[in-house]
Amino acid sequence: MLYIKCPYCGLRAQKEFSYGGDATVKRPNINEEVSSEDWDNFVYMRKSPRGKHLELWQHIAGCRQWIKVQRDTATHEIFQTAKVTEEIR
Amino acid sequence: MSQPFRLNKEGLINRNKKISFTFNGKKLFGYEGDTIASALIANGIHLVGRSFKYHRPRGFFGAGVEEPNAKLQVEFNGHSEPNVNATEMELVEGLSATSQNCWPSVNFDIGAINNFLKMFFPAGFYYKTFMWPKSFWYKIYEPFIRKAAGLGVASIEKDKERYEHKFEYCDLLVTGSGPSGLASAYAAAKNGAKVILAEDKPRFGGTLLTDDVSIDNLSGKDWAEKIISELKSMPNVTVKNRSQVFGYYDHNMLVMFERVSDHLEKKSKFTPRQRLWYIRAKETILSTGSIERPIVFGNNDTPGIFLSAAAKEYMKVYGVLVGKKPLIFTNNDSAYETALEFKKNNVEPIILDTREEHSSELIDEAKSKGIDIRFSHGVIVANGYKKVKSAKIGKLNKDKNSFEKIETVDCDCICVSGFWTPSVHLASQSGNKLKYEEKIDAFIPDKKKQHETSVGAANGSFTLEESLKNGFENGSNLSAKITDTKTEIAIPNVNEKKYGAHDKFWCMPLPKNENPKRFVDFQNDVSVSDIEIALREGYRSIEHVKRYTTLGMATDQGRTSNLNGLQLVSNIENKIVPEVGHTTFRPPFTPITIGTIVGREVGMEYMPTRKTPMHEWHEKNNAVFVDAGAWKRPRYYKQGNETLFEASKREAKNVRENVGICDVTTLGKIDIKGPDAAEFLNRVYTNAWMKLPVGKARYGLMLREDGIVMDDGTTTRISENHYHMTTTTAQAANVLSHLEYYLQIVWPELNVNVVSTTEQWAGAAIAGPKSRDMLSKLYPDLDVSNDALPFMGYKEAEFFGVPSRIFRISFSGELAYEINVKSDHGMFMWEKMMEVGKQFGNQPYGTEALSTLRIEMGHVAGPELDGRTIPSDVSLNGLVSKKKDFIGKNSLGREAFNVESRQKIVGLIPIDRKSSIPEGSHIVQDQNAKLPNPKLGHVSSSCWSVENNNPFSLAIMKDGKNMIGKKFFAVSPLKNKSIEVEVISSHYVDPEGKRVRS
Repeated sequence: MLYIKCPYCGLRAQKEFSYGGDATVKRPNINEEVSSEDWDNFVYMRKSPRGKHLELWQHIAGCRQWIKVQRDTATHEIFQTAKVTEEIR
Repeated sequence: MSQPFRLNKEGLINRNKKISFTFNGKKLFGYEGDTIASALIANGIHLVGRSFKYHRPRGFFGAGVEEPNAKLQVEFNGHSEPNVNATEMELVEGLSATSQNCWPSVNFDIGAINNFLKMFFPAGFYYKTFMWPKSFWYKIYEPFIRKAAGLGVASIEKDKERYEHKFEYCDLLVTGSGPSGLASAYAAAKNGAKVILAEDKPRFGGTLLTDDVSIDNLSGKDWAEKIISELKSMPNVTVKNRSQVFGYYDHNMLVMFERVSDHLEKKSKFTPRQRLWYIRAKETILSTGSIERPIVFGNNDTPGIFLSAAAKEYMKVYGVLVGKKPLIFTNNDSAYETALEFKKNNVEPIILDTREEHSSELIDEAKSKGIDIRFSHGVIVANGYKKVKSAKIGKLNKDKNSFEKIETVDCDCICVSGFWTPSVHLASQSGNKLKYEEKIDAFIPDKKKQHETSVGAANGSFTLEESLKNGFENGSNLSAKITDTKTEIAIPNVNEKKYGAHDKFWCMPLPKNENPKRFVDFQNDVSVSDIEIALREGYRSIEHVKRYTTLGMATDQGRTSNLNGLQLVSNIENKIVPEVGHTTFRPPFTPITIGTIVGREVGMEYMPTRKTPMHEWHEKNNAVFVDAGAWKRPRYYKQGNETLFEASKREAKNVRENVGICDVTTLGKIDIKGPDAAEFLNRVYTNAWMKLPVGKARYGLMLREDGIVMDDGTTTRISENHYHMTTTTAQAANVLSHLEYYLQIVWPELNVNVVSTTEQWAGAAIAGPKSRDMLSKLYPDLDVSNDALPFMGYKEAEFFGVPSRIFRISFSGELAYEINVKSDHGMFMWEKMMEVGKQFGNQPYGTEALSTLRIEMGHVAGPELDGRTIPSDVSLNGLVSKKKDFIGKNSLGREAFNVESRQKIVGLIPIDRKSSIPEGSHIVQDQNAKLPNPKLGHVSSSCWSVENNNPFSLAIMKDGKNMIGKKFFAVSPLKNKSIEVEVISSHYVDPEGKRVRS
């Protein structure tokens, strides 16, 4: 079970979180024209990297905040966590 | 009742307390502190089981977790457990143990014929023999193999025991209480760290209990006791015996299996049997010690053959002799200690040492005591079928590949030592890539992957002095980093015997023309020739060899066989062991019970139960409940001998004719506040929300980004910047997360807050033509006329003195209202409604009637919004705005969503107007067509229409809009039914929706 540092609550067990997918995906702006290709990429296309992956998690059994987690998909090492408003370098 | 192999005084058992038990029906006794194994050996019993494949007689081999053979079916405390390790299970009064994998008995086992047919059972036998014909597998081969090669029998009784889970955090977890573990725990505790010390065995001390050493002038055992009692007195230390740390998982989480009460005769109802500890440790000390490995020789699986350290442990811990005419077969000095222990107990051993004549402290001591030592000697083959009777021994030539002299000596046991293998399982599980240490011919941990530090024998240090030093230093340094305190501890003076070098020798050669089985893996019956065959047949990777031969795959995980197997492979391949590599170590280190994994999450505790504030009333009034997620909802209220069908029909009919009330507390409720709330709802829902006035409700539909309907419900504008959203019961949690996702990540600029208020409000729906009359009596001072409170209207008013919310919304399609009061007032509201409703013929109705009402109205719910439908599929495209953007809008333009023959919701009635159509039925053109019969759609919801008094169903059908009036078959292979149906509109009752507006 992973040990994830919620930027609001501190280190908590994975049990308290739910996974939310790739954090680098950006939704096309509302009320703006978007090409079919861009839209399909946003809805369906995801990378499945081996190694560093920036992802979203929600602390559902805690503060309910969505957070960013930079994790190694092969080793599960977590390099950094941040609020969604913060940048991860 | 004498015990022929029990010593008069040695051992740590309690001789004042006899414990009686049975083995294969025979009444025996042992002492408190015995294991099943030590008690049986004391009684002279060695034959305890039959081997997995050849059904060869097997006895004890080890004295703890390393035991590969002695797995018994054990009955105690009223339950029966298979595959119990006899060397670990403590004796309790009344315990009854039986042998496994033998029929009719362990003494005469018919399956042993396999032993004489062994040329037909080589490696890969199952794969080669049972390949074809394919159809034979399930009916003939598989049951046969199961029967012939089984282990124990799992109980089919419900497990009445209690199991618990515990979550714990600590600075330092120490796994094993041998010298290095004790030293680490002690040093860390002195630095003020929060320490957990776990010991698998009942007694602390590890090898200190059996080795002839002294520390600060105390015996090893006394020193261990002193340290343990000091640790126990410290508030920052938790000391646990009978606790096996069996798994090392991500982010330094370790899992420990505690045997809490199996050894107790009496326990309270609330004492768990076993407990699973999830321990998150900042640092971990792996002081798991090492396990002796055997030397491979002919018939080395005969009962009476032991690891030499196990023989010593039986003498020193249990006061039991494994034999009275022992042969000690060794390639190193440690077995000499076993020999000396025999000698001390007036038993004369013979030592066969594979090394050439030389001298060391222990050899000299053995010589001085007059022990018969034969250098350059080894056991070629053990004689005896159910027990060792003698051994053919040989003097090895200089190259150790043939014999200069062969003779037979009598013996009743053989104690074998092929040197020591560090227990690196936990280190390997942590991700540590192991490295091969030439000096000890074994793998030890390499670079750390997590916060784990291996010390003592687990790290390949086999001297006490080194282990202690290692332990104190690491315990102190690791904890000082955490606590910022460093207490100096003087490393104690140690007195131990110095060992000479071991012999890199692991398998006895065979004389010409002799071919006895030489086992590498006892538990899975893997012999030297099996491995040779696997390599001859081209298996190269050690992982493949493992799977083909099953080497190291049994419950003992190759604890005694692993390295010998690797040595054998590397010899044949002309490689060195590190080139061959090792197989993966996986948790659990030892088998654990399923009960422990499950813990308390059984029966009612499997998941939380959510009850509405009116639950007790429902119970008292014969409600039959149904699970809706974690909620309990009344399905129907049973009157007399009514069936579900009769009751739901009565309840639904009463709503259509009079008035009924339904507990709708379980609907998800989300409070939405903020100046941008309207804009937010406008983006979340497919329909328009900017112009909803205060005091009005609106039905809304929300999609996922892929255009699929996510949920529906009504949202009411309570005040300017305050909305009350309802969701379906099932989707409540998902919708909240969905809203939070968009507010926190996608549109953080929107000033809106959302919070779940499901638990805060109790809800009751009042539905039926007389609902307004009833409402007017519930709110005598309020104008509830159609003008004052129209369809989709909202009012706040006092309900007999308590604040309430009135929504004029309808799920049943009837004139209906929904009243919400604070949860604490839920029961009050419900009872008042029942009281006031009497004069209008009010009856409560459950979810079954609720479904009936919505189905015949053609209102969609979960079965239609099944994660595969878009708005037009369920005839809700009228709610999809063309003017504005919303979540999922762009996906609705996808080609597949707009084809002419797209699926659509329809209604179905049986031609005979009698046969109910099973939900899940497939709609086909021709019920007799050849399979696979093309599927045109499926039945999503079915009911008995109370309005028309015949069955009615909703279905999602291909090209649904052009199917009205056509006839098909609804086929349910599950229910074995095929019903001819006619397609009609999905709105079977009141298609214009007049009633809700009346």
